[in-house]
Amino acid sequence: MSKQLFFQRALSPWMSEEGPDSDIVLSSRIRLARNMKQYSFPTVFTNEEAIAIIELFERLFSQKSYGHIGPFFLLKMNELQSIEKRVLVEKHLISPHLAEDCTFGACLLSEQEEASIMINEEDHVRIQCLFAGFQLKEALKMASALDDWIEQHVDYAYDEKYGYLTSCPTNVGTGLRASVMMHLPGLVLTQQMNQIIPAINQLGLVVRGTYGEGSEALGNIFQISNQITLGKSEEDIVEDLTGVVRQLIEQERMAREALVKTSNIQLEDRVYRSYGVLTNSRIIGSKEAAQCLSDVRLGIDLGYITNVPKTILTELMILTQPGFLQKYAGGAMRPQERDVRRASLIRERLCQLS
Amino acid sequence: MICQECNQRPATLHFTKIVNGEKTEIHLCEQCAHEKGEMFMFPHQGAFSINNLIAGLLNMDASLKEQKAPSFHSEHVLQCERCKMTYAQFVKVGRFGCANCYETFAHYLPPVFRRLHGGHVAHEGKIPKRVGGTLYIRKQIGQLKHVLQDLIVKEQFEKAAEVRDQIRELETKLKAEGGASHE
Repeated sequence: MSKQLFFQRALSPWMSEEGPDSDIVLSSRIRLARNMKQYSFPTVFTNEEAIAIIELFERLFSQKSYGHIGPFFLLKMNELQSIEKRVLVEKHLISPHLAEDCTFGACLLSEQEEASIMINEEDHVRIQCLFAGFQLKEALKMASALDDWIEQHVDYAYDEKYGYLTSCPTNVGTGLRASVMMHLPGLVLTQQMNQIIPAINQLGLVVRGTYGEGSEALGNIFQISNQITLGKSEEDIVEDLTGVVRQLIEQERMAREALVKTSNIQLEDRVYRSYGVLTNSRIIGSKEAAQCLSDVRLGIDLGYITNVPKTILTELMILTQPGFLQKYAGGAMRPQERDVRRASLIRERLCQLS
Repeated sequence: MICQECNQRPATLHFTKIVNGEKTEIHLCEQCAHEKGEMFMFPHQGAFSINNLIAGLLNMDASLKEQKAPSFHSEHVLQCERCKMTYAQFVKVGRFGCANCYETFAHYLPPVFRRLHGGHVAHEGKIPKRVGGTLYIRKQIGQLKHVLQDLIVKEQFEKAAEVRDQIRELETKLKAEGGASHE
């Protein structure tokens, strides 16, 4: 497999699978933060230490396959172009921090892109596993297995009292961040999100928009994750998050049902108007595109639209981000050019289908 | 709306930053935003503000503010001997420098962790098999002892005997491994 594929395909292979509850939960993610005992943490380590760590992982993962996950591909940040890095960020395979600030950063990607290991980000090692739909437990299992495998070869910084030692005090203990990406148009349309977000925050969980700035969610996509990493087991953290997500799924389903019952024709109108905008516009900004894509996805889930696959929202949300647009265009573009390009890309993609 | 940076071109990019409930709005034109760097072009997690928040938490301990040292040792600065990070630097960046910093700053950490982790100060999760050494066995024994107590209270003696044997087995294993690691 060529490494170029990581920058070319918008949809990671794992995304095309349909996971449980995938009408609402787009993806589940587990991240484990780990450090090595003998090296300083990335905030203060020397260049020599950084290079030694990358070499260590290059050796570790040089074998053909790891268990059932298969081979990993090493990408060094200082060998990538900035557009390529940005594409990886938009696919959520690496963090913006790794792409922008970590000169000696690297990442190991599995072929299906369901596992990614960031090296020398804020911590020496950050294992990330992504699954389609609502599969937090499965993601935890895979991340934990990878963690066990790495631990056989590496001396982790671990303390009896504090657990896994991390660079930032907010990650100490399990080093675990579990998160789900949810599409919640029903709760947004019925204006319940403003009450739900503070309630969830009180439970030690965080809700934020995945693509928008601050708390504003672009395309009605929200990310919900745990905040507390110390004093709870990995299973409990995942269990707590799972409970809240289940509640949200139920609420969202109820909201959608209520919308269909009370304003079926208005909803159908909204869905088809958005479909019309996407299939006909010549200039479209990312905000409008995100909103229309959300409407169309809702239309697919409710059965108004049948000729478009479900993954279209995820795929086009990623494809129409600035990094991808520029990658496709083959160079940097001004925002106006991007809006034109975005419109034509969405048109092409949707017309292929109908 | 006019760009607040150059006061000439119309502002096309609007940012809202919320730090500690305080809302700041920034309105920029494309060009100024670009000059301000990529930071604004990315939907960032805001590593900046998180940093500052942690620094705020660490600073809350008033006794540390003046870096007061014991009077008989006035030159003393708390510093990690491995990575050379001082406590003042740690407070400023909100990040540990190495594993050893946790020991160096041990005295100040519990209140910080309590605030960050909903009152918790001790790890309850996974234990690495190799580095964790005998800790894994010790924790298992601890858990089994609780189970044993439970079974005795419930008068389920047959099951209790099984658990007791499991504990004994683990204790022998612990002795063997403990001996090995002291060599």
